[in-house]
Amino acid sequence: MTSHTKGSYYLPPPSKWPLVGSAGIFCLLFGLANWLHGNHFGTVLFGIGAMLIIYMIFGWFGTVIRENEAGLLNNEQVEKSYRWGMIWFIFSEVMFFSTFFGTLFYIRVYSVPWLGGEGIGDLTHVLLWPNFVAKWPLLATPNPNEFTAPHSVMNTWGVPALNTLILLTSGVTITIAHWGLLKKKRTQLAIAQLATILLGISFLIMQGVEYGEAYMEKGLRLDAGAYGNTFFMLTGFHGLHVTLGTIMLIVIFGRILKGHFTPAHHFAFEAVAWYWHFVDVVWLFLFIFVYWI
Amino acid sequence: MHTIIRKCCRWMSWMLLLCGVGSAFASKYNMPVGVTPISREIYTLHMTIFWIVVAIGILVFGVLIYALINHRKSQGHVAAKFHSSLKVELIWTIIPFLILIAMAIPATRVLMLMEDDSDADLNIKITGYQWKWKYDYLDENISFFSNLATTQDQIQGKAPKGENYLLEVDKPIVVPTHKKIRFLVTANDVIHSWWVPELGVKRDAIPGFIHEAWAKIEKPGTYRGQCAELCGVGHGFMPIVVVALDEPDYKKWVAEQKGVALKQANALEENKPLTKAELMEAGQKVYGATCTVCHQATGMGMPPAFPALKGSKIVTGDVAKQLSIVLHGVKGTAMQAFGEQLTDKDIAAVVTYQRNSWGNDDQAKFGKAAGGLVQPSEVAAARKASSN
Amino acid sequence: MTPTRVSKHHDDDHDHGAHQEPGFLGFVKRWVFTTNHKDIGTLYLTIAMVNFLLAGAMALLIRSELFLPGHRLIAPDFFNTMTTMHGLIMVFGVVMPVFVGLANWQIPMMLGAPDMALPRLNNWSFWLLPFAFTILLSTFFISGSAPNYGWTFYAPLSTKYGPPSTDFMIFAIHIMGMSSILGSINIIATILNMRAPGMKLMQMPMFVWTWLITAFLLLAIMPVLAGTVTMMLTDRHFGTSFFDAAGGGDPILFQHLFWFFGHPEVYVLILPAFGVISEILPTFSRKKLFGYHFMVYATAAIAFLSYIVWVHHMFTAGVPIQAALIFMYSTMLIAVPTGIKIFNWVATIFKGSITFETPMLFAIAFLFMFTLGGFSGLMLAIVPADYQYQDTYFVVAHFHYVLVPGAIFSAIAAVYYWIPKWTGHMYNETLGKLHFWLSTISLNITFFPMHFLGLAGMPRRIPDYALQFTDFNQIATVGAFIFGFSHLIFLYNIIQTVRGKGKKATKRVWEGAHGFEWTLPSPPPYHSFLTPPVFVEEASSHEAWDVSDHHEK
Ligand code: HEA
Ligand code: HEA
Ligand code: HEC
Ligand code: CUA
Ligand SMILES: [Cu+2]
Repeated sequence: MTSHTKGSYYLPPPSKWPLVGSAGIFCLLFGLANWLHGNHFGTVLFGIGAMLIIYMIFGWFGTVIRENEAGLLNNEQVEKSYRWGMIWFIFSEVMFFSTFFGTLFYIRVYSVPWLGGEGIGDLTHVLLWPNFVAKWPLLATPNPNEFTAPHSVMNTWGVPALNTLILLTSGVTITIAHWGLLKKKRTQLAIAQLATILLGISFLIMQGVEYGEAYMEKGLRLDAGAYGNTFFMLTGFHGLHVTLGTIMLIVIFGRILKGHFTPAHHFAFEAVAWYWHFVDVVWLFLFIFVYWI
Repeated sequence: MHTIIRKCCRWMSWMLLLCGVGSAFASKYNMPVGVTPISREIYTLHMTIFWIVVAIGILVFGVLIYALINHRKSQGHVAAKFHSSLKVELIWTIIPFLILIAMAIPATRVLMLMEDDSDADLNIKITGYQWKWKYDYLDENISFFSNLATTQDQIQGKAPKGENYLLEVDKPIVVPTHKKIRFLVTANDVIHSWWVPELGVKRDAIPGFIHEAWAKIEKPGTYRGQCAELCGVGHGFMPIVVVALDEPDYKKWVAEQKGVALKQANALEENKPLTKAELMEAGQKVYGATCTVCHQATGMGMPPAFPALKGSKIVTGDVAKQLSIVLHGVKGTAMQAFGEQLTDKDIAAVVTYQRNSWGNDDQAKFGKAAGGLVQPSEVAAARKASSN
Repeated sequence: MTPTRVSKHHDDDHDHGAHQEPGFLGFVKRWVFTTNHKDIGTLYLTIAMVNFLLAGAMALLIRSELFLPGHRLIAPDFFNTMTTMHGLIMVFGVVMPVFVGLANWQIPMMLGAPDMALPRLNNWSFWLLPFAFTILLSTFFISGSAPNYGWTFYAPLSTKYGPPSTDFMIFAIHIMGMSSILGSINIIATILNMRAPGMKLMQMPMFVWTWLITAFLLLAIMPVLAGTVTMMLTDRHFGTSFFDAAGGGDPILFQHLFWFFGHPEVYVLILPAFGVISEILPTFSRKKLFGYHFMVYATAAIAFLSYIVWVHHMFTAGVPIQAALIFMYSTMLIAVPTGIKIFNWVATIFKGSITFETPMLFAIAFLFMFTLGGFSGLMLAIVPADYQYQDTYFVVAHFHYVLVPGAIFSAIAAVYYWIPKWTGHMYNETLGKLHFWLSTISLNITFFPMHFLGLAGMPRRIPDYALQFTDFNQIATVGAFIFGFSHLIFLYNIIQTVRGKGKKATKRVWEGAHGFEWTLPSPPPYHSFLTPPVFVEEASSHEAWDVSDHHEK
């Protein structure tokens, strides 16, 4: 409609997608809140919200892809805007994870030792939690009647180490795919991309297995005191991001098969690759601070 | 160099003079000087910083006002061309920095003093509850709750407000003068904050943690404060009253308390049956003092946060269930374990009162279990049963 | 701001205006689907104004209850919800949107850009907000009570003991956070990528600079808030114990996380205000902003320091003394860059050629009263003294002095300053001045006595108080009503201006105005600069600050 071709910067016409997205998020979260309070329409609303969001994602990205294929976005400045957008979005994600890492550090370095009588916690320990012994991983909580701690924790060098290997490898394969794209080796691109996806999926499966083991055998649960809390919050949100990343990889794979992307112009591919690397790096920190030390 | 020092000295004496002027201000406008060494240190610090910023303010605002008056276009003033100068930038970076250092030094010193809570003569554990304080004298084995004493009638405007409206309690915390008293502050439910301005003590009461503060009171007297952290509906209604007594008086008070505790223990043994009228009268008092904040005088509560007791299934049903709730509370809600706070007689009375008020004794409506009396001995039995 | 000379050949094409289909539906579609920075700016400003009246009305209820001791008007629980919602809406629903609105209107024009870098995202950032506020306000209709634990919603009052509506507030905050994050991304991309050819970073207008830095602040803190409220949610419903000692957590951890967000947040509220003031003072002093470079560095320094001062909100909560000391020093340090800003503003005015149009009046009031609020802030930073001030009306006085004559006044000044540009019409100067005097005087009547109340020992967030506090509370209440009323004049004035009642505005509007936005016609074309103007800096930065229209040269 009012899209201007005169200026060189592409100005999109009015769009309904943002509104669909806002309404979707509204339904999703308002629904979830009602759901938590046992209102049955909450579940329905939640479902509607989820569908609206999926609709929005398809619609919005579809529009962008069409604009892109029509050459409207084939402009250095526009592409740079997208780049900055993606970079700073990832930065906000980094901060999101920092919250949970910060929480982990605080609990490990301050609150648990204080409860155990260290530093300013001597009287806290003596008067309030005389039986509590501060040890990480927390295999006994200050009040075992309220919060049951796990009886054991994950073995670092089992599944977690394997998952580290998987994710690191996937970081390599996606780079190989990128090389393929740059060198116009489409087969290399497609195969390496597929490999990345498969690695992502196997990571998720392994993590599912690990969660099963944690819940069934080790009593390591989300509500198992501070250790369980931080463990599941960190690995859970990471897993969610891997899932999202994998879906994005799959979409890109579809576009690769359709013959999209040129060596000079493939921002979508790059954005997803950045995202994947980000997820990768978060895992490394997770592996070190949650599983290892 | 000498002139600088002399200037500093002159400046300092000015400061002190100004502090004097400041303390002459009615306490209505200013922080109380207080009755502990720390509160006085804080006061002096406060006034020092205050006068420093006043001085800076006069300077900055003075220049500003000068410019606003003299550099108006309507006065024919033409704009000058300057718009940067490294020199002045450095000056107004470095000078404020130095001023800040001058402020930080006394602040650090006072803070160090405050944190030195070694060698206490007396340890009192203070626990915040929704909405009352509990005091445990760790060395004396004295322990009691302190509730707001202002009546609901005063609050609702049905009776004239007393002089210490909202700042009075049924049982103040009593402490000796000239002793280093260590307060160990914690909370039972949410965060509260124990604050008595004249002692210069404010300490947040964090559930699950103990934080310390201390005071050495130099003047006998009654000092009032309030909870200073939002803790729910009753936040404005949990005052603190500290009574500081000279050593002999304090000793007497301690002895008395031990006597009271002994009497209560004896009373427990010989829990005589009471009449309905006695129970109802005592019950109304307890209810008014302890339960109305949540369940309201009308028994209507504030659903769903605080359930109505009028027509409540529990209050009109099995006595044992009701007793257990009142004795042990409901975990994770504001309903506390009143067993720790009230005597058997009080609990018997308040339970009887609830069962026979607001039409709760209507057996036609609620069935056979409604109404009835509860005797202190039954409460004692219920306590015993649950402790086994 | 650096002087600019704009090349001749800028876009003189006639404005197409917004594309709007006929009828009500057409109107709705235009505003709901719009990808235009001006439309979206208007939407932000509108929602901010509506929220201001709403949260202001809540403040009036608070003040009415506090007019006399005793329970009179509202129940204590409702009082707490009023305090909470007043704080939440003022912060998230008024000050943040108003400055994003100003950013939307001004940044593309100031940079010589056609629009924001990511126009669709821009629409999304805005349209998330009405939904978020719907959820937040829906809490009034949820059984139990609306959020009643203060805008800081400390655990465990908001977790274990929070009313059911807490979950709704949590999700509302998630959505607001998303909105802010997307908005910041857009602003950063715009500023880094859409500047007119030739305009270097150190040549951007101050308002743009302050927003660039603010956007980085937001990007770093909003995700932290999102994570924090997520932990609240799991503590409430999924059995975690992040903020519960019984499971190894700590209620104070919540405060650390909240204030890691919350302190930079207050600078999010004030840095764009600094930007506005840095635009207005030079214009009406007819003199270049003094010390542009230092102004930029100071803003960056404030932002940096704001990340490492959060514990000053928790001095009484029982942090180890080393931490208290470090955070006291870092907090005090903020006075240095803030002082640099104040001094540079004074130097800008100094030896200027000053006139007192309404925007300038508000900017000058800002200078005086923000500084006053800063001074009380500095007093709060002194740990031992803060033991006495914390959670009293002294704190309430402090933050209203920095927020009301700080953030709100600068937003009002900005509206008066730019509305002739936006609408093509001048506002009514007499009413503007009336608004100024009435609000400035009543504001001090409202908030100044709160200093005394706090020092004399009145805690904040209480619905009822001891008798000795009565008189100052009465004065404050009277002031608040006059202050509220004065904004109805403002509302009337802007509505009249938007409806085209005032006289026509010129291109430059103000004699001393400089920058790209003043080279556009008033009102500006729908797409600000379709062909980017060329930015040429004055040959020597010491050259005369020429107030004649560069355009005609
Ligand atoms: C726009 C918002 C804003 C701004 C800009 C500030 C600015 C500052 N604030 Fe404020 N603050 C709030 C909003 C803001 N604050 C809010 C909302 C709360 C309460 C939150 C709640 O609990 O609900 C709060 C609470 C608050 C506290 C916690 C009080 C308590 O709860 O006990 C503290 C403590 O240190 C503090 C300090 C400061 C300081 C040192 C500054 C400094 O930035 C001020 C610096 C400025 C100056 C000092 C003046 C100008 C400088 C000069 C003229 C130079 C020369 C001066 C000297 C050398 C002294 N603030
Ligand atoms: C930008 C932020 C901002 C702004 C602008 C204000 C503005 C005002 N604030 Fe507020 N305030 C906060 C942020 C802000 N506040 C915060 C963060 C808190 C802390 C909350 C907490 O403790 O958790 C707080 C707390 C707070 C308290 C303490 C409450 C308590 O501790 O219990 C008080 C008490 O007087 C108060 C008063 C006022 C008043 C009178 C105004 C006035 O300036 C308002 C003036 C505006 C109007 C009055 C609107 C005008 C409209 C009309 C007159 C017409 C009405 C019409 C319709 C409804 C259509 N505020
Ligand atoms: C701080 C607030 C508070 C105070 C004070 C309080 N209660 Fe409660 N009370 C509650 C809450 C909250 C519940 C609901 C608990 C639940 O969710 O089951 C409750 C429930 C009850 C019930 C069960 C009612 C029902 O229908 O579920 C009884 C009986 C009761 N309280 C008696 C008392 C008595 C007697 C006192 C005074 C000695 C008292 N309460 C003081 C908050 C309070
Ligand atoms: Cu207890 Cu406020
Ligand atoms: Cu702060």
